[in-house]
Amino acid sequence: MVSGIGCSSRAPGYVDFNTLHTTHGRALPFATGIKLAKPEMTVIVVTGDGDATAIGGNHLIHAARRNLDLTVVLFNNSTYGMTSGQYSPTTPTGAFGTTAPYGNAEQPFDICNLAEAAGATYVARGTTYHAKVLPNLIEKAISNKGFSLVETITQCPIYFGRMNKIGNSVEMMKWQKEHAVTKKQAETMSPEELADKFIIGELCHKTKPDYCELYDRIIEKAQASIK
Amino acid sequence: MSGNIKLMQGNEACAEGAIKAGCRFFAGYPITPSSEVAEILARRLPQVGGKFIQMEDEIASMAAVCGASLAGVKSMTATSGPGFSLKQENLGYASFTEIPCVVVNVMRGGPSTGSPTSPAQGDVMQARWGTHGDHPIIVLSCSSVKDMYELTIRSFNLSERFRVPVILLSDEIVAHMRERVDVGALESLEIFNRVKPACPPEEYQPYEASPETDVPPMANFGEGYRYHITGLTHDESGFTTQKPHKVAELHERLHRKIENHKDEIIETRNYYLDDAQIAVFAYGSTARSALRAVREARNRGIKAGLIQPVTIWPFPDDLVHQVASQVDAFIVPEMNLGMMVREVERAAHGQAEVIGQSLVTWELFTPAQVLSKIEEVFNWITSGSTSDSKPSRTSGALAAATE
Repeated sequence: MVSGIGCSSRAPGYVDFNTLHTTHGRALPFATGIKLAKPEMTVIVVTGDGDATAIGGNHLIHAARRNLDLTVVLFNNSTYGMTSGQYSPTTPTGAFGTTAPYGNAEQPFDICNLAEAAGATYVARGTTYHAKVLPNLIEKAISNKGFSLVETITQCPIYFGRMNKIGNSVEMMKWQKEHAVTKKQAETMSPEELADKFIIGELCHKTKPDYCELYDRIIEKAQASIK
Repeated sequence: MSGNIKLMQGNEACAEGAIKAGCRFFAGYPITPSSEVAEILARRLPQVGGKFIQMEDEIASMAAVCGASLAGVKSMTATSGPGFSLKQENLGYASFTEIPCVVVNVMRGGPSTGSPTSPAQGDVMQARWGTHGDHPIIVLSCSSVKDMYELTIRSFNLSERFRVPVILLSDEIVAHMRERVDVGALESLEIFNRVKPACPPEEYQPYEASPETDVPPMANFGEGYRYHITGLTHDESGFTTQKPHKVAELHERLHRKIENHKDEIIETRNYYLDDAQIAVFAYGSTARSALRAVREARNRGIKAGLIQPVTIWPFPDDLVHQVASQVDAFIVPEMNLGMMVREVERAAHGQAEVIGQSLVTWELFTPAQVLSKIEEVFNWITSGSTSDSKPSRTSGALAAATE
């Protein structure tokens, strides 16, 4: 399990795997090196919204583009929690942060759309409230041979919850429950009804050759060229 | 063992040396004047079952190199000035978490975009101190195509032996020059591989080292040893600690593992030092011109000698200190405004005069330029070394500019 820097990225400290806590934003390229060196290893990347879509945004789109067989579990709490609540690339427009004292002037990323557009072959979204669904999504992501991303909406009651008057952990999870809709529910809803909602569940699942498979063909070609 | 003589380009020799050293992973990003290393390894690595990847940027390349090395594959990247700057954070990570890897920096004129197709020697301090924090590092310097082959192998050996990133410095001239290399004669070079743990996985402490070596045995990822690595300050277990004595213990060990093995790490090439009155201290392509100048000076009756450091970090303090006690003066020609000259001054410790010679036209030093400096210094010494007539550090640059 490989992580970058942030609240999300402390997770590898709690699992009994080979665990690598790297530099801010760079978990994916570290994981890329591991996967290419030992394709038989299952490599999971744990990251956050700031780690993966701001400082590491370039790595996210390129790892997805390569369809490298990695599973990204991205904790999205819409803020930089570890550094005390600055706005992130997923902070909603108008929401408050320690660096957005008058409300955020920026537009947030839809991380799942971003990953799918960049070439990910498995994309899903879950929440900490829907705790029973999340392991299934992660399991499916791991079993997909290609680039998989599970965005997980998480709560940061200390900064985001407090500054945006959403409340404590329980109230933030209640917010998740009230704002999450399934793909099926979303199909019956108008754009106005969907405006403040987010879709959970599996959002994309395609079959495409993964990078290591394609590179194995390169090795075959290269070795044939010198025979 | 000889008989396999090849005409090679410096960057090509580097790539072939890497394969010989057992490198099977390269991650890089295109940059002049190092791109040939990537291009050649893109073709060569899959032929030997290795992998090449062109990453999205320089930062990612350094990270991927760290990841591949942790999974047990000898790994490298090659870059030049601006790319070298971008790699610094993850170089620090590799240094602190003790990941063996090799970073080739083909120096070009800087700062910033500078002069991408011209040689320079402005990164010698960045190679030592480029990443933040106090940290161990080893830096070697190439002056020939043969060096680019041989020192790439030596870089891998040192990185595996000491679990430290090794920087191999070259410059645009050495990297793009073509020379004969007797690859056959280098066939017998020893290849060193990282020491693996002797204990079972449940007893493994990833950062526990014996006091003799100060280098912890390294279990590769995916071999049954499950452990944690972090760029946070850590103890023997690999997990983070803030206990003051543990913090200090780690830093002291990282320092000792290089400092206590300097004899094994430091290599210099010494020419005509025995009776030298003037010692030239020159590295990289500058050393080539310096050697020719020293020989010409001897023909003219000036007792000149040359120290060519192959290892520039750790700096060969002891040798410079010893030579300083026997010579009247050092001359330090370099393609920057005076970087290693300060190290020579520090190590000479006032025992000899130290005179820099800077060339910042991003042209190669000519032997004539170094020779004229040797003669200037010789005349100054024989006329009594008065301080008001001391040769100035930048006169070489001015001379070059007005030629």
